[in-house]
Amino acid sequence: MTDKKKFLTVFAAAAMLSASFATQGFAQTIKIGVNEPLTGPFAASGTYVVNGAKIAADEINAKGGVLGKKIELVIEDNKSNPTEAAAVAEKLITNDKVPVIMGAWGSSLTLAVMPKLLEYKVPMIVETSSSGKITTSGNPFIFRISPPSSVEAHAFKDILPKLHIKKADFLVINNDWGRGAAEDFGKVLKANGVQVGYVETMDQAAQDMSAQLSKMKSSDADTIMVTTAVEQLTLVLKQAAALGIKKQIVTTGGSQNPDQLIDQAGAAANGTYHLTTFAPWFPDNTPDPKATNYFLGEWKKRGFNFAGATESFRGYDGIRTIVAGIEKAGKAEPAAIAAAMWDVNFTGLNGKIKFEKQGPAGKESGQSIPNVYLIKIENGKIELPKL
Amino acid sequence: MTEFLQHIVNMLILGSTYALLGIGLTLIFGIMRVVNFAHGELYAFGAYFVYFVSILLGLNFFLSILVAIVAGCLLGALIEVVLLRPMRGADIDTTMLIMIGAMIVMQNGEQYIWGGVAKSVNTPFPQAPLVIGSVSVSWLSVFVFFASLALIAASYLLINRTKLGKAMRATFQDRDTASLMGVNIQMIYMATFALGSSLAAAAGALLGPVYVISPQMGNIASLKAFAIVILGGLGSIGGATIGGFMLAFAEEIGAGYISSGYRDAMGFLIIIAVLLFKPTGLFARAERIG
Repeated sequence: MTDKKKFLTVFAAAAMLSASFATQGFAQTIKIGVNEPLTGPFAASGTYVVNGAKIAADEINAKGGVLGKKIELVIEDNKSNPTEAAAVAEKLITNDKVPVIMGAWGSSLTLAVMPKLLEYKVPMIVETSSSGKITTSGNPFIFRISPPSSVEAHAFKDILPKLHIKKADFLVINNDWGRGAAEDFGKVLKANGVQVGYVETMDQAAQDMSAQLSKMKSSDADTIMVTTAVEQLTLVLKQAAALGIKKQIVTTGGSQNPDQLIDQAGAAANGTYHLTTFAPWFPDNTPDPKATNYFLGEWKKRGFNFAGATESFRGYDGIRTIVAGIEKAGKAEPAAIAAAMWDVNFTGLNGKIKFEKQGPAGKESGQSIPNVYLIKIENGKIELPKL
Repeated sequence: MTEFLQHIVNMLILGSTYALLGIGLTLIFGIMRVVNFAHGELYAFGAYFVYFVSILLGLNFFLSILVAIVAGCLLGALIEVVLLRPMRGADIDTTMLIMIGAMIVMQNGEQYIWGGVAKSVNTPFPQAPLVIGSVSVSWLSVFVFFASLALIAASYLLINRTKLGKAMRATFQDRDTASLMGVNIQMIYMATFALGSSLAAAAGALLGPVYVISPQMGNIASLKAFAIVILGGLGSIGGATIGGFMLAFAEEIGAGYISSGYRDAMGFLIIIAVLLFKPTGLFARAERIG
């Protein structure tokens, strides 16, 4: 054996040894997979969710972790792309051996991940997606804490009379989320005597919606219901104002980020209504004011933009839900966690987190029913209108 | 009728900016035979530059746009000298791969520097729109329309009425002969890439404040620019201008009267039709090969 070869052998042995130490080191922690869009069109929202998740992990670890072990977030970027989201889930499960995942922000991303969960029998907490299909397609590894459009639409029913809508047009993002929202809200509106006019869609990446809005300008509807994320919503509001549209605008979906809207759409945001699931502007009106204040304090302490709180709270609650599940399960194994999720019951930042069964019998998904708030932007300020 | 007039106004404004995007790309492709995948990133660069100069440094909005155009020109020249000049004579696929690399680096650079949260630029224009009869349009869009037309006219004059333009046209027709006639090809290539880049940056600088500025804004701009160039034909400024307006027309009318879900498909349907019946594009200029 030459010196060089000897060196290589020793080096390889050392590397293997340190690798095995490393795995031993990690065995002291419980891994939680996080599958979020950190680049691509949803990068801003995904990053907020991950930052919220980190606050939860740090808080839990500071209190001693769960089952005597610290938790460790394994964070992967799904690039706002469904194909990548599925690949990331596979990587987290097979390579990092995580027993549970949180993800994947958008409905199309989550739907792409779901077959992988069935294949490997690993549960996932869905923190943001709102397409109805996610909990009704018979995937027993799905536990969702965000409201599907139908829950949002159901909550909207009680608010409806106060908004005096006679006829509404829809402008929605052209994906599972937007089309699902148009369908669910359309049903509720029709059932309550409101006519539904145009249902127009916009491509996820589209920047110019004036064609759709021009069409709505000349319709006889008094309200436009909009479902999309904050960047596109900013453009919709600005372009509607430029077209001189004076109709009532109501947005749904919970990713509107009202502070960013005020900042970027300016006067065009005035008078608009938004359905949200968390009201950080009024911490004392939230279900658990103490937790809300702690979360917002941490968020501020870390130097994050306040505007992100309406998005990041989902990451915070998602991780807290997972840890509650692991605690109930008594061990960090996928099957045990999935079974224990049904026993989780605590108050999150947006209401009680307790899973109800949804979907075909025998393979139901879990759906928690959070609170829904209607807020209004008035003179550049967020108000909780007394309805 | 009201609705139709509004669609036409929207189309004119959208079309003028599409034309601006298309011209930059068609010049580079026509004269240099470089498939510039980084075109959309120069567009994003122009938008971020306006944000940087006008919001962070507090410079006048109109001056910021000028500064962004100059910066785009310089960045284009730099890309040409550093990335493309060493590859002179390499085949079209090689330079295309280089430009794809440049695109990835630039887009990730934008995300790294500015983060994923979209930025917006405030302008000195009033928020209340200009209303003429039943048609309504924002003052900013009116400004963008006329600024785009001015830039298109300036590029046209530069190519058709100046000595530099003549040299560019000569290079487009036949590089070797032009070189033998004493045209400095290196300089022409650099000038072409710088001009094309500055037009992309100008489009970004004008449209950034209209929309929001995000690291992904270049993707869709690139896509549209390629569509316009294919529609209009290679190396033709007039073709790119008409192509830009045609694409805007197809999208606007398609979304307004047929289906908004297929808005982007409308433009590409026209392109498929053009490629089927006139594969060189609608207004391709004659060129001598070899």
